[in-house]
Amino acid sequence: MVPMTRAAETAPKTYGWEIRASDLRVRVGRKKLAVDGLDLSLGLGTHGLLGPNGAGKTSLIRALATVLRPAGGELELLGTSVAGLGDHRALRRRIGYLPQDFGYYKRFTVREFVEYMAWLKEVPKAAVPAAVQRAVERVGLADRADHRMKTLSGGMVRRAGIAQAIVNDPEVLLLDEPTAGLDPAQRLRFRELLQELGRDTCVVVSTHLVEDVAAACSDVVLFAEGRLVFQGTPDDLAAAGGAEHPGDSPLERGYSALLQDSGRTGGNW
Amino acid sequence: MREEHASRRLIDDYARGDVPMAADTVWALEAHLENCASCRSLLAASVAAGAPEVGALLDTVLASLEPQLDAAGEPSARRRRPRWVSAWLTPVMAPWLAMTAAVTLAALLLDAVAPGTPLGGASPVSLVAPVLPLFGVAAAWSRVLDPAYELTASTARAGLPLLLRRTTAVLAVVLPGLLLTGWLTGTTTAAQWLLPSLAFTSTALALGSVIGVTRAAAGLGAAWGIAVLVPTGLTGHVPLAVRLALEADRMPAWAVLLLLAVGAVIARRNAYSTL
Repeated sequence: MVPMTRAAETAPKTYGWEIRASDLRVRVGRKKLAVDGLDLSLGLGTHGLLGPNGAGKTSLIRALATVLRPAGGELELLGTSVAGLGDHRALRRRIGYLPQDFGYYKRFTVREFVEYMAWLKEVPKAAVPAAVQRAVERVGLADRADHRMKTLSGGMVRRAGIAQAIVNDPEVLLLDEPTAGLDPAQRLRFRELLQELGRDTCVVVSTHLVEDVAAACSDVVLFAEGRLVFQGTPDDLAAAGGAEHPGDSPLERGYSALLQDSGRTGGNW
Repeated sequence: MREEHASRRLIDDYARGDVPMAADTVWALEAHLENCASCRSLLAASVAAGAPEVGALLDTVLASLEPQLDAAGEPSARRRRPRWVSAWLTPVMAPWLAMTAAVTLAALLLDAVAPGTPLGGASPVSLVAPVLPLFGVAAAWSRVLDPAYELTASTARAGLPLLLRRTTAVLAVVLPGLLLTGWLTGTTTAAQWLLPSLAFTSTALALGSVIGVTRAAAGLGAAWGIAVLVPTGLTGHVPLAVRLALEADRMPAWAVLLLLAVGAVIARRNAYSTL
C-alpha cells in the first residue's frame, strides 16, 4: 500500500517563495535577452503569466523548468538556488512542466506515455500505476487511456500533456499555453483543475488569453519585453484600465493600459 | 532508531470512538497508522472485536460504491511494449539501430565477395567499425531527432545516467554484430575493432558535453568518413595513416584515447543534465 502522506508533505517549509527570481536574465540564441532583469516572487496559487507575443514568456518558463540555464541574476526554486546546482535531479523531481509545443512518441498509448514520463521523473516504481491512473482521470482521459497518442485530437493530446505534468504531484507546475486547442467545455473543466491544483501547488500558466486568467488565476503577472510590468490580482488588473483604453472587457482594458504605460505595445498589432 | 508504535489502549479507544480524544492525538495516530502496517493490523483486530458496527458501516459503503468501482474498469493488462524497453531505448533510436545492423551486414558482404580489393587491402569491417555506434549515439540524445526531447530534458533522469543507458543499448546492438562479423571474416582480432569503436563512442560523449551529443557524433562520423573515403576515392587506396592506425600494434594508442575520453565524461558529468 502506498502511504497517504509523504514525509515531504509534513516536513516544515524552509523557504518563503516557491519561485523567487531577482535580476534574472535568460538569453535566447547568442545575443538576445528574452528575460532581462526580472524580479519576481511567486508562492502557492495559480499565477497567470500574461504578455504579448515575443514577451519572453516561453523562455522564462523554460528557465523555471531548469531546461534553460539563466545567463545572469538569481533564480531560486523551492528554496534551492539553480545557478550553483550541479545535480538537478532532486529539484526536477518536484517540478511539472508542459512545453508549448511538446513532442511525444506517436506509437505510445496515453498510459504508456504518462508512465514513461513518470519513470523519467523518478516516481517510485510501486506508485507509478496509481499515479498514472489518477493523472489520466484528472484530465478526463480515462476512457482513452489505452488509445495510441496518434489517434487523439489536438485537445486530447494537450490533456495528455497536462497529465504527464501532474503525474509526479509537483510542487511547482509550469504550463506553457495549456489552453491552446481546447474547446470551450474543456477549457472550463481545465480552469476548475487549475483552481484545484493552485490550492497546494505553485502553478504558473502562461497564456495570451485574458479571460483564462480572470477565471482561473489568483494572481496575474504581466510581462513584456523581458521585464515585469505588473503583478497583482485580476481585480487590480481590471482596475488599471479606463474607458479610453482599447479592449472588450475590464481585464482587456487593464491589460492594454498597463502595456501602453510601459511603452511596449509591440508595433501596430 | 527504535520504532515508536501506538499503544493497544489508544488503538482500542480510537476504534470504538466512545472516549473523547484530543485532536492532536487523533491526528498523530492517523498519520502513524497510514505508514505502519503492524498498527493497522492491530486496529483491524480491534474493530472486529470491539466495534462491529464500524465494520458493518464500512461494508455498506463498499457495497454502495461497488457499481461505480466496476464502471471505472481495470487498467488493461495488455501492453504493447514491455516497460524495460523504454528505459533503455527511445522509439527514435530503433531505425538508426536497424541501419547500423544493415551497414554491418553490408561490410560483411563486401568482405566476403571481394576481400580486400576495393579498399586497397584494408578490411571494410575494420574501417566501418569505429564509427558504427555513432549512428545510434547521435539519435540517443538529440534535440532535432527526438520529438520528446524538450519533455525529457526537464525530468529528473535527464543527464549522464540516461545517456549512458541509451549508449549501452546502442553498444548491445552494435558489438555482437561486429563480434559475429569479425569471427566470420577472421581477418582482424577483436581488439582491432572493439577499441577504436569504444574510443570513438566515448569521445563523442565527451565532446557532446560541450557541443551536444548529436553534433559530436555526426562530426566525428563525418571526419572519419572524409579521412577514409576521400583519399580512397582519389588514389584507390585506403590512406596509409588510417591503415596504420588500425594495425594491431597501434591498439595502446586507442586505449589511451578511450581512457582520456572516459575521464573527460566523468569530469563533466554534471554538464549533461542541462544540454
